[in-house]
Amino acid sequence: MAMFPRTTVKVKIPTLREERARVGHPRSNSSPRSKIPAGEPGRFGVYGGRYVPETLMAALEELEREYEKAKRDRKFQKRLEELLRTYAGRPTPLFFARRLTQKLGGARIYLKREDLLHTGAHKINNCLGQGLLVERMGKRRVIAETGAGQHGVATATVCALLGFECVVYMGTEDMRRQELNVFRMRLLGAEVRGVESGSRTLKDAINEAMRDWVTNVRTTHYLLGSVLGAHPYPTMVRDFHRVIGHEARAQILKAENKLPAAVIACVGGGSNSIGIFYEFIKDKKVRLVGVEAGGRGEALGDHAARFRGGLPGVLQGTFSYVLQDAAGQIANTHSVSAGLDYPSIGPEHAALRDAGRAEYVPASDAEALEATTFLARTEGIIPALESAHAVAEMLKRAPTMKKSDVVIANISGRGDKDIGILRENLKLDRNIERLSH
Amino acid sequence: MTQSVMPLSFYNKPGLVVYVTCGDPDLATTREIVLAAIEAGADVIELGVPFSDPVADGPVIQRASERALKRGTTLAQVLALAAEVREQAQSTGLIVFSYLNPILRMGMEKFCIVARHAGVDGALVIDLPVEESAGYVQAMRAHDLAPVFLAAPTSPDERLKRIAQASRGFVYALSRTGVTGARQQLAQDAKKLVRRLRRVTRLPIAVGFGISTPKQFAEVGEFADAVVVGSAIVETIEHNQGREAAAVTEFVRNLSAFGC
Repeated sequence: MAMFPRTTVKVKIPTLREERARVGHPRSNSSPRSKIPAGEPGRFGVYGGRYVPETLMAALEELEREYEKAKRDRKFQKRLEELLRTYAGRPTPLFFARRLTQKLGGARIYLKREDLLHTGAHKINNCLGQGLLVERMGKRRVIAETGAGQHGVATATVCALLGFECVVYMGTEDMRRQELNVFRMRLLGAEVRGVESGSRTLKDAINEAMRDWVTNVRTTHYLLGSVLGAHPYPTMVRDFHRVIGHEARAQILKAENKLPAAVIACVGGGSNSIGIFYEFIKDKKVRLVGVEAGGRGEALGDHAARFRGGLPGVLQGTFSYVLQDAAGQIANTHSVSAGLDYPSIGPEHAALRDAGRAEYVPASDAEALEATTFLARTEGIIPALESAHAVAEMLKRAPTMKKSDVVIANISGRGDKDIGILRENLKLDRNIERLSH
Repeated sequence: MTQSVMPLSFYNKPGLVVYVTCGDPDLATTREIVLAAIEAGADVIELGVPFSDPVADGPVIQRASERALKRGTTLAQVLALAAEVREQAQSTGLIVFSYLNPILRMGMEKFCIVARHAGVDGALVIDLPVEESAGYVQAMRAHDLAPVFLAAPTSPDERLKRIAQASRGFVYALSRTGVTGARQQLAQDAKKLVRRLRRVTRLPIAVGFGISTPKQFAEVGEFADAVVVGSAIVETIEHNQGREAAAVTEFVRNLSAFGC
């Protein structure tokens, strides 16, 4: 479809072996002792791990132990399931997008409606899970970082629900572009602390949250919002989001009596994508497509496509692909969507990509904005700008697929929070044009 | 029990470890500052490598890192600076203080070779705990470099043992939880931690984080083998534009005069 031309990416991506030889990963050592046993906790292939200052190690160990115990605790699981059902609004529907399917003329398109959850995005799944863990650990103070503000709102919500003190760190650039969510968090009783350092976005908010945690670790839980950071976060946060794919798989089998040809989701840190991918990993014929922020161009600093120019490295506790310069300094990123504006990616995605099990493509700011309008006018759904990246890829891909194929896109959040940015960028106030017929 | 095999020693009681963020305000000035600190009595210099995302650092060192990075300071330049300092000061310990990613980017093996060649004695990688350090420790030891690890008040005894076993040169005990930066009062945490560490190692123990005044220096010096002063030095540099080295000399002299 001419309206959404596929961008071809010409950057040569080095093989992992080349890269590891280059970056001298500590574990690439040839000594048998440093070889990584498969399935080592916290490792996804060579990625993941726990790279934090010593002060945090005991807290991470405690969190891991508590999480392992909670996983086996029927009462904990039952309480979580109940909250997900009666408070968050699970299960979310899998919606057949009839008009979109007709318009694109290819695969049958389904949308997983995480945007219908309480607080407006998938983030609540993880916040409820970790919130119940905080209760078990007997801590009363919760801190979090937020980019788009969705995780911050979900954290503030769960803290109100469970009666915790809540502090959310947010880059001032993100506070500006996600003003509505800042107010929502404050309304919910959370303290929002603006972060002025670096690019004043998600990465800088995580730095500041980690500084708070390293200071108040004895009394405070860091409710990390994505599949990032030191072990056990990438595994634990994934587990709390697995419900997305679990539902979607059963729903599509019921609706179509077959598995989808592809599942598409946006990838910032990668929590909604790993959540919907995970149940499909074993279904080898289902293509798993992650969509990164292509931003405004291919130069370092203009995008947040970690697999298009990122190299393995360590940032904020985990070993994964990182956008960085030749001296190992972390690069600035750009995306119209605050939730995807981050220089690293969850370590499990790095492993899935290296193993060839998932593929990752960029969608640009312009494509995401266009996809937002297109979906709004075709199906009456305004997706979050993050999720709009997944929609953009679906708009490119569905027309190339067979009519008998089925594709699922994860609408991880709703676009209400983005109204300010959409107004700035779409200029609809004066000139209402119809993008679709 | 591990013995120091490296030429890292504290001549003074207590020893003084001085941290500087290299490249702040520029590398030539850092060199002057380091030589001035040595002249004034520092036993060990920690050459801080500026990093874009210093999660363990408070505002003072964050600002210094930003200034140094604006000038384009790299790990390779810090190692070159180390070589220059080594030519002037043979008996002072030189430790590279860095976050992991710049080292990974250079390559662990190359880092060790270049560091050793520059006359560096060891390194402290702040976001590399013992669990993840097998390859690093092996490479460091193969090149006769001392891996220095952090011990925290929150580390259980089990961890302290592993930290002590992996460390060479000295063990860096954190005076408290939190990021780098001066504090009015020092917690009781430090003394307790040093006592717990003594049970598992004979290595010298340096205590750092938050120590900024002669009084604190003397207090900590009573139970630690050495005292690390970082943010207070970096702040002195920040506030004395144009006479950084002289100001650091005064600061260091003043610091140790109190205890004697």
